[in-house]
Amino acid sequence: MKLLTHNLLTSHVRGVGPRGFPLRLQATEVRINPVEFNPDFVARMIPKVEWAALLEAADTLHLTEVPKGPTEGYERDEQFLRKMHHVLLEVDVLEGTLQCPESGRLFPISRGIPNMLLNDEDSET
Amino acid sequence: MALPCSLTRYLLLMAQEHLEFRLPEIKSLLSLFGGQFTSSQEAYGKSPFWILSIPSEDIARNLMKRTVCAKSIFELWGQGKSPEELYRSLKNYPVEKMVPYLHSDSTYKIKIHTFNKTLTQEEKVKRIDALEFLPFEGKVNLKKPQHVFSILEDYGLDPNCIPEHPHNIYFGRWIADGQRELIESYSVKKRHFIGNTSMDAGLSFIMANHGKVKENDIVFDPFVGTGGLLIASAHFGAYVYGTDIDYNTVHGLGKASRKNQRWRGPDENIRANLRQYGLEKYYLDVLVSDASKPSWRKGTYFDAIITDPPYGVRESTRRTGSQKEIPKGIEKCPESHVPVSLSYHLSDMFFDLLNFAAETLVLGGRLVYWLPVYTPEYTEEMIPWHPCLQLISNCEQKLSSHTSRRLITMEKMKKFENRDQYSHLLSDQILLYQGHNSFREKYFSGVTKRFAKEEKSSQE
Repeated sequence: MKLLTHNLLTSHVRGVGPRGFPLRLQATEVRINPVEFNPDFVARMIPKVEWAALLEAADTLHLTEVPKGPTEGYERDEQFLRKMHHVLLEVDVLEGTLQCPESGRLFPISRGIPNMLLNDEDSET
Repeated sequence: MALPCSLTRYLLLMAQEHLEFRLPEIKSLLSLFGGQFTSSQEAYGKSPFWILSIPSEDIARNLMKRTVCAKSIFELWGQGKSPEELYRSLKNYPVEKMVPYLHSDSTYKIKIHTFNKTLTQEEKVKRIDALEFLPFEGKVNLKKPQHVFSILEDYGLDPNCIPEHPHNIYFGRWIADGQRELIESYSVKKRHFIGNTSMDAGLSFIMANHGKVKENDIVFDPFVGTGGLLIASAHFGAYVYGTDIDYNTVHGLGKASRKNQRWRGPDENIRANLRQYGLEKYYLDVLVSDASKPSWRKGTYFDAIITDPPYGVRESTRRTGSQKEIPKGIEKCPESHVPVSLSYHLSDMFFDLLNFAAETLVLGGRLVYWLPVYTPEYTEEMIPWHPCLQLISNCEQKLSSHTSRRLITMEKMKKFENRDQYSHLLSDQILLYQGHNSFREKYFSGVTKRFAKEEKSSQE
């Protein structure tokens, strides 16, 4: 699971609403996966990022060199974009859990794939 | 209808496959590249010859880099219902437009294609020679000419009734071919990871084109299965997400879909499929998730949602439910620990899909999905609708004598306000589609009737 994905996921446990974001990340196995750098794609993603959640997740994984927010004119700032590319797309959580911050419910990640399934009682309809 | 002078006329030679899907594909692609569909031709129907006006050759070339419905495109220099009419038409074509491709330093070749008729070599040469009046000054080079010109003769569509003279003759400068070779190179037959309902490669590219997928888009498939639809989008430069309720399919485990193969191998999963085609960099993530209970936070992330939801025939329609609701004997996936098999009425599924698309698509983003239909009861009114989504196209593919599926394309043209606002509007239309909820029973009803008939006749 990439950190870009973690940044877009929320808990859909019943009654939790917006307090279900961000999911608390816990990782037991992480892999760095080189991905071809595409500055245009990374620049497109920057406005979608929730920075506090990203920084929290990056911190949990002990990542260094994570920009604290978008810089002025970031679309043309290659250094910034390369750092963001690495954080969002190259860090892959293979095993771990995502936890709903409100209900404590755990969603496991195995083989890099999060399992978001819930029983009917637990989830919003 | 008079056309603006700044537009050049082009002749598109279309493939005679997926007839209804062709016009929406071309229109979507033209709009993607800043063109607009303008034509003086009345009906497109079954003909493989389409004449369009396109503002620039660049747009025409971009169109051909994407289309799997069109074989080739030509800059149209002349046309007629007879050779004489063709020659008159060519003489009227502005010489200054011809000259750049005919001057003495260049090389060229003239080809002739006939449709629904075979000509002898002698007949072909005669027709090419008849064009001597054109100001060709360059040298003929049959192997590697700089410019290729084509005569195209249309002898109709009926192989049992071939006319002596063509209905239409066209002459044009060949610009480019389409992407039909993708159909073979991405064929499901050669793909590492397939499922029972993996989409035919040609249709998956058509879907990506109907969806106006472009480079650096994010495309999402909520019923991703083995990822076939994601492959087409990734090929066109989009980054892809997928979810599926089936744990085994997402992880690439369990029984194989290929004959002679028992279990899936280690290289069979969605990521590996993308890797097979050199598209792994476009893989974002896949998740095990119930499409009726999505986990995306509030916002608009997807440029396109392209999907083939289960119809309940070869894959079951399911969603998660509580322990009480699942009858005994239904399989539970041990790894996910969640009972998965509450039946998911088709009408509910499409209601959820449209609402989800309206909420998470960017403005201008497209939803492309298949809608299974029991043909005797089909009416246009039952196509699911949503106030934020505009219906762009509805193309039928017959599945059997009484069932078909329709490829529906919708575009988001209004901002999504809030979830509750739409639920009362949409519950009414579900009643219209409800007849198709029992699509599975109706799909098989034709089969049982036929068996009963055959049994009866064998007893008589």
